[in-house]
Amino acid sequence: MLQSPAALTAPLMAVRLLITRDLMLAFRRPEQLLHPLAFFVLVTTLFVVSESPERATLRLIAPGVLWVAALLAALLALDFLFRDDAQDGTLEQYALSGQSLTWLLLGKTAAHWLLTGVPLALMAPLMGYALGVPASASVGIMLTVALGCLALSFIGSIGAALTLGARRGGVLLSILILPLAAPILIFGSQATELAIRGERYLAPMELLGAIVVLSFTLAPLAAAAAVRISLE
Amino acid sequence: MTWTWFHRLGSPPYVYRLAGRLTPWFAWSAGVLIVAGLFGGLVLAPPDYQQGDGFRIIYVHAPTAWLSLMVYTWMGVAAAVGLIWRIKVAHAVAAACAPVGASFTAVALATGSLFGKPMWGTWWVWTPRLTSELLLLFLYMGYMALRASFDDTQRADRASAVLAVVGIVNVPIVHYSVVWWNDLHQASSLTLGGKDTIATSMLVPLLVSLLGFTLYFGAILLVRLRGEILRRERATGWIREALA
Repeated sequence: MLQSPAALTAPLMAVRLLITRDLMLAFRRPEQLLHPLAFFVLVTTLFVVSESPERATLRLIAPGVLWVAALLAALLALDFLFRDDAQDGTLEQYALSGQSLTWLLLGKTAAHWLLTGVPLALMAPLMGYALGVPASASVGIMLTVALGCLALSFIGSIGAALTLGARRGGVLLSILILPLAAPILIFGSQATELAIRGERYLAPMELLGAIVVLSFTLAPLAAAAAVRISLE
Repeated sequence: MTWTWFHRLGSPPYVYRLAGRLTPWFAWSAGVLIVAGLFGGLVLAPPDYQQGDGFRIIYVHAPTAWLSLMVYTWMGVAAAVGLIWRIKVAHAVAAACAPVGASFTAVALATGSLFGKPMWGTWWVWTPRLTSELLLLFLYMGYMALRASFDDTQRADRASAVLAVVGIVNVPIVHYSVVWWNDLHQASSLTLGGKDTIATSMLVPLLVSLLGFTLYFGAILLVRLRGEILRRERATGWIREALA
């Protein structure tokens, strides 16, 4: 079905307004922004403490540690993606607004990525450096973590929407999402590993990009269906 | 040619009776085929020249591994049908599939690990197949956990249906990404006796066993489906008639 440009500008404007709103709300309560970052640093530290602090060992486990820590931090934040808006009825208003719920959730999820994925990606090279990763890999690590978190935000939005009406949220969300996140982790840590070794990391990045495109296009549809079910 | 036979499949009383009538057919044919397949595999087939008698576990392992994926597909299709056309019976089929599929996955993992101990010297290796099978088990567990966390059956049906459909899209991605992961990290040396090299005397019992286990799944599904329908329709009048 072809849409005229005018029909497309309305959802895009709604998405833009929604992203602005979510960013503004988040920056007025900046401590919420810091929680995933603190969690990320904490999990990395715990990994280091549970291993020997030799640089050679740390350097070997660095890609896996960075990715698992980033994934868990992003997952932790996902639980709050829709919860506040569901509790105060905003989500219901979105569903009734006449705008496409799919587009609105796409905007919400994009805002969520800007608020957690991007800061985590900026933080990752620092933690990598602490794990003995050469500074030359910084850009590679940043790009892969940013892409991976984007895919995780979209896939996770389905889980966050599905668990809205459920009795217990947090653990359930992890069980639903983590098996689906395995491909992100596989290609992400692969790209990071190659970047650390100073090799070309484009191949796993492209696969990661394919996952992003797939989740970006399909996940909001599933998330919108799930939100509608939770509002029934 | 009318479509009434198809429309009737959406009616719980009709499906309840149909499932009751079909169950013995599935169960008996499954029983005969499984016994025949196991006899052929455990007694008639010669021992493998490399793996000795240890390979014989494939007569249970391969069918359950195949069913673990087939049941998930079946569950996803049923869930999609239920979600799109709002057919209650389709949701009941999906609900009935999940524990059966999870059990097949667990059996496939357990038999794979039993095979691994004498062959590879360890109970567990992170081969792509084992890893993706393990992730499949978690997908089943997630589905069942989500279903269990709703009090309202209808909401549980629809929410878990969304998850099952998402899972159907993701299962191939997860599977192939795990395969590529191992390809790039280490040469795969653990696939002893690939399927294409199997002898006819070993293959025929395997196929018979495969068909037998699939029919067994059909029988179990029908029994569980009847249970699901009973539970869902317990307030209706026809149940009292059917059970009288």
